[in-house]
Amino acid sequence: MENTTLISIEGLRKDFPTSGGRFTALNGIDLKIGKAEFTGIVGPSGSGKTTLLNIIGSLDSPSEGRVMVLGQSISDLNVKQAALLRRSKLGFIFQSYNLLPVYTVFENVEFPLLLLKLDDSHRRKMVMDTLDWLGLTDKAKSKPAQLSGGECQRVAVARAMVKRPEIVLADEPTANLDAANSHNILKTMVRLNNEFQTTFIFATHDDKVISYLKRKISLIDGKVLKDEITNN
Amino acid sequence: MKLLFKLAAKNLIGAGMRTWLNVIVLSISFIVIIWHKGILDGWNIQARNDMINWETGGGQYRQKNYDPYDPFSLTEAHSNIPASFDSIVSKGEMAAILISQGTIYPAGRIQSILIKGINSDQKILKIPSSQFTGNNEEIPALIGRQMANDNGLKTGDLVTLRWRDVHGTFDATDMKITGIFETNVPTVDLGQVWVPLDRLQKMIGAPGEATIIVKKNIETEVPSTEGWKFKTKEDLLKSITDLIKIKSVGGIVLYIILLSLAMLAIFDTQVLSIFRRQKEIGTYIALGMTRGQVVGLFTIEGALNSVLAGLLAALYGIPFLAFQSKTGISIAGAGKEYGLALADKIFPAYSFGLVATTIILIMITTTIVSYLPSRRIAKMKPTEALRGKLQ
Repeated sequence: MENTTLISIEGLRKDFPTSGGRFTALNGIDLKIGKAEFTGIVGPSGSGKTTLLNIIGSLDSPSEGRVMVLGQSISDLNVKQAALLRRSKLGFIFQSYNLLPVYTVFENVEFPLLLLKLDDSHRRKMVMDTLDWLGLTDKAKSKPAQLSGGECQRVAVARAMVKRPEIVLADEPTANLDAANSHNILKTMVRLNNEFQTTFIFATHDDKVISYLKRKISLIDGKVLKDEITNN
Repeated sequence: MKLLFKLAAKNLIGAGMRTWLNVIVLSISFIVIIWHKGILDGWNIQARNDMINWETGGGQYRQKNYDPYDPFSLTEAHSNIPASFDSIVSKGEMAAILISQGTIYPAGRIQSILIKGINSDQKILKIPSSQFTGNNEEIPALIGRQMANDNGLKTGDLVTLRWRDVHGTFDATDMKITGIFETNVPTVDLGQVWVPLDRLQKMIGAPGEATIIVKKNIETEVPSTEGWKFKTKEDLLKSITDLIKIKSVGGIVLYIILLSLAMLAIFDTQVLSIFRRQKEIGTYIALGMTRGQVVGLFTIEGALNSVLAGLLAALYGIPFLAFQSKTGISIAGAGKEYGLALADKIFPAYSFGLVATTIILIMITTTIVSYLPSRRIAKMKPTEALRGKLQ
């Protein structure tokens, strides 16, 4: 584990209201995640992986406890501050890619930079560099509908990485990919992790992803069962 | 904001058929509203011009007893043309009209009429008074086309005319139709016979007298004179202006129906978009857009429908409207029986104000209609939106 702590979680609890009362998705989570980690939150469906990822990503807020991300308390952020945090410091990769269908690959990757209001030439260079890194230069003008699943997920990775975020949050990134594409994507992420010292946090139950993790946090019924450093 | 416009435009074009259906419906609304309003404006302009040219001039001095709605007032509604008007009349900037009641006997029938005397050399009204020709035996008379049709009269016909002079004595003679004029103004046509002023003055025993003095349609001083009241052009055109206003109000109902149809389509599309594009909305938020920005994006997207509709409407609407304004719309005889100053053809008039007002009205309405469903985005939980979960 690296020395610099980017994420600090203490006594995290998350409840969701249900028709019969409330459902506790996370209960008593304590974690610290440092810079350049390649960490996975693993566990079966309903264990609370995505909820934890969403709270770290400031898309949701804790019911109890304290979650600090890059020095900012998630509970204390208003919607604008949370948006700013996501815009400038966090990257997201989703299971179903979530590419914007009417935009080209270039425009999809460019999108986070538009929100950061970077100038045209700077933006273009960053997009082309990222596409080059991910071997997507020849697909720059394609629309998502014209790409394979593996290519779509590479575009999603490019979109998450183009602004060089401190943390990338990946929710089941290989769930819709075949084995070859999964390994390809994971190798790319490992390369980006090493090259840019970006922290990667996965929510997954895919063994292929787990085999690449440097740290594995096992979650069962909203509680951390095990937190172990792997041999990768 | 520039970014939101750029994204919205891209999304809108990317939506394909859904967008174009809305845009087509909205563009039809644009055209129909402008076209309908253009007809009313065209009618207004035509009716006002015709009324000014044929009847009201630039305003009228009316003898103080004259009441156009009370024929019995006519026996007292004449007096000497004020001496102060002599020079103005001689310059051709005023025309005197004397009005008296009478009866004609066309083809053995009896019809009450108004006899109107006007100077044969006047140029203020379009009554073709230069056609008062003939000898001293018969009275030369002009009638309008509608009057001629109603009574089966034609140029050259002799008709017996009976009238009563200022002393109450009846007299009669033949009048000769020396001309039939075409006018869109029924109030100088129906039930009226125009004769030379001096003849009428002589017939009723009121030399030098008049009932109305019509002023030329130019901006000049309006001197007040005792025994005469001045009616401005706007006073005299009030009835037609009011009628067109009422028609315009009726038109608003049409606009509301048209706009409602277009707005319903846009509202529906927006609601559907927000429902179908939940994942996209979640993605925007995850990538760092604020909910306000996403609401703005969807609102602009909806509002841009009106911009595209405006462009499409311009594409087919300008040739169509230009063609209509050139060829006019035929409404032959539709209103004359009701006393309306309605031409056989109305030429729609499209002003910049009309087009601009319509565009602004539609854009504002579209923006509001787009904003209303978009507000739901602000209440969405991004985590649920990302999952595309129905909310």
